[in-house]
Amino acid sequence: MTDATVPTEQLGLNEDRTKEVMTVNVGPHHPATHGVLRLVVDLEGEIVRELRPVIGYVHTGIEKSCEDKSYWKVIPFVERMDYVSYFFQMEAYCGAVERLIGLEIPPRAKYLRTLFLELNRIHSHLVWLGTTALDLGAISMLWYCFRERDKILDLFEMATGQRMHTRYFQVGGVIEDIPLGFEAKCRAFAEEMPVRVGQYQDLLDRNEVFLSRTKGTGIVPRERLLELGVTGPLLRAAGDPWDLRKVFDYLAYPEVEFKIPVGTVGDNYDRYRVRVAEMVESARIVEQCLDALPEGPFIADDRKYVLPPRSELSTSMESLIHHFKLVTEGYRVPPGEVYYSIEGPRGELGCFVVADGSAKPARVHFRDPSFVNLQAFREMALDSYVADMIASLGMLDPILGGVDR
Amino acid sequence: MPDAPGLELIRGEIDRDHPGAVLATSFDRGQAALIVDPERVLEALRWLKEEPGQRYDFLSSLHAADYLPAEPRFGVHYELINRDRVERIRVKAMLADPGEELPEIDSCVELFPTAEAQERETYDFFGIVFRGHPNLTRILMPDDYVGWPQRRDFPVGGEPVTFTYSEQRFD
Amino acid sequence: MEVERRTLREKQVAARDLLRGDLEGEDLERYVEERVLTTTFEKMIDVARANSIFPLTFGLACCAIEGIPMAAVTSRYDIARFGAEAGRASPRQADLMVLSGRVSVKMAPIIRRLYDQMLEPKWVMAMGACSSSGGMFANYAVLQGADKFLPVDIYVPGCPPRPEAVLYGFVKLQHQIIGNADQGWRQRYDAYGTEEWARGGPRSEPSPEAARAYEEARELSLA
Repeated sequence: MTDATVPTEQLGLNEDRTKEVMTVNVGPHHPATHGVLRLVVDLEGEIVRELRPVIGYVHTGIEKSCEDKSYWKVIPFVERMDYVSYFFQMEAYCGAVERLIGLEIPPRAKYLRTLFLELNRIHSHLVWLGTTALDLGAISMLWYCFRERDKILDLFEMATGQRMHTRYFQVGGVIEDIPLGFEAKCRAFAEEMPVRVGQYQDLLDRNEVFLSRTKGTGIVPRERLLELGVTGPLLRAAGDPWDLRKVFDYLAYPEVEFKIPVGTVGDNYDRYRVRVAEMVESARIVEQCLDALPEGPFIADDRKYVLPPRSELSTSMESLIHHFKLVTEGYRVPPGEVYYSIEGPRGELGCFVVADGSAKPARVHFRDPSFVNLQAFREMALDSYVADMIASLGMLDPILGGVDR
Repeated sequence: MPDAPGLELIRGEIDRDHPGAVLATSFDRGQAALIVDPERVLEALRWLKEEPGQRYDFLSSLHAADYLPAEPRFGVHYELINRDRVERIRVKAMLADPGEELPEIDSCVELFPTAEAQERETYDFFGIVFRGHPNLTRILMPDDYVGWPQRRDFPVGGEPVTFTYSEQRFD
Repeated sequence: MEVERRTLREKQVAARDLLRGDLEGEDLERYVEERVLTTTFEKMIDVARANSIFPLTFGLACCAIEGIPMAAVTSRYDIARFGAEAGRASPRQADLMVLSGRVSVKMAPIIRRLYDQMLEPKWVMAMGACSSSGGMFANYAVLQGADKFLPVDIYVPGCPPRPEAVLYGFVKLQHQIIGNADQGWRQRYDAYGTEEWARGGPRSEPSPEAARAYEEARELSLA
């Protein structure tokens, strides 16, 4: 402890040492890095002077593995990229392949896909809220958010049999129809969700500690965010209402009414508010999808690309042949390339598929939102305290599986 | 997207300002693409970004694809969006494999700062050098990795699954 | 069997007599037997260790969301009832490293470093298919199994395994630590003599018959 009455020169401190810059490794193993993100941070005291993210610690070579597999075998691979929003990756890939084939999916499948996408969005935001609040010290939020998350996972398990990584979307629609009782349970969840979000907001919205940590921290101006290619809730919190659901009409989003929450200042508090409001809007979309769910087939009819129903296999020879062909070799996609993007919970999730006419894709590439958003992190954290850096990292919501692929 | 006639109009206007930059156009499955000469890719991108009628100022994605065995082998794709008119356009630059050295193309980091990490990723996986990039190093693979993993002639890797005794008995 | 129910007054009298040294012979024997459990010091320590494992809060990929750092800790699949809710971020203070997720080539040296920094006794749970054997990713970037560079004590299959599966694996690990590695299933299924060299727990050695059988089987296969 320095005595405040003694001037610094007399203390015998080297002048330079008060401005010493220390390089600290916020390593891949760290409780607050949301995965295996490594940050090499130059600190001057508590202030961040330079930040270099080092990624690649969970690089799985998914894009390369996809070139080795037939088109429908790729679906479980790409699910596991951004491992919290797995339905979105399935949708991006299946949408791209459907564009390549020129396959129209039936309306029931569109609504079912929208329903599950929005449930997954709520799931992703709940995981985000739980872990970010944990980082900022509001530890009990983790348990509350995961309680709701378990309810969503129950819904997924009811419909698809798996909690995570469900491989539910297939090229042409969805693999199975929803079971009886799903609608009632889903509706009960969608009604309960805004109440729960209200409870979360009661805990955090006006919480003095939370406000002082998130208000005014991590601000990047909107134009700079656009230059850096940032999309999603980060951009919306900065005041730009760019949401691919409204802009590029895909699936059942044109028929569903929902609002886009937009922030004003673009600090961490706005990002928090935007995502929390998005959860409420997603619950509304889920309700509307349930109300408007049309009857009909849940997958397209084209037997060249879609498995025939099993009941037909015992009666129709053609179905058997189609089934055999599809399961062993897979379907061939006419050559071409397509870039198809959707609005994931973190931003624009794009899938680029090159088909060369064979049964395996020639190139699958994902434009992952977390990878691009991570470039904005440096500007969010520069010249602010380490604690603000942690808050910004939480509000940035990177998922390292998507960053590293 | 600009539709097919719109794409031809854009091509015509670029040809007026930068003749020879655009080699071909392609309108496939509802997506518009301009195939440009890799040496002139910056001119084309700058024109698309700054021309008052075009203003494709958001680079959504920069990625590459290896079209082996077709030549030219590498294609660098730029996905651009005009957010006011909500239109997408793709710019493709086809690079040939020079054999011993690495293929090169100009970096667009001054135009689109978002390209920084994406160009590093492309370099990491394909070995395509972006001239003028501030820090072109490996980003996802370990720094001392040898090889360009996502090229088509790079093996997928992995190991064969070994079973306890059968390898010795049936070999 | 009739249980002798003694009133509280009778128990108090017996305790007072014991303290005064008034219980003799049979009474004293019975009294002590009812209240005292004998065990070895090691076993007691093992039981204490098994029931208060500090997991390392470490999550690699998808399994982390369903596993020890997250879902297993939360209220539905509470791991606190097994004594393991105190997750420690520092490897110096943690006992159990849960490899929840795919081990990529870049991350492997770091995991090995973390493992080396942990103090004995330490255990490793390979959660999920990817850390057990590479999972579905048989490519250049994923190590085909964490046991290529770490000794793993228990493998929990699944992609991702349900939190209940993780907890079951955790309970099995607890049994391993206490020394009852196979939980008596060989006895149940009369399967002694068929063991391979099991690697787990401090006291799971194969019986001499089993060791001989293993040697014979190896010679057969190598011949």
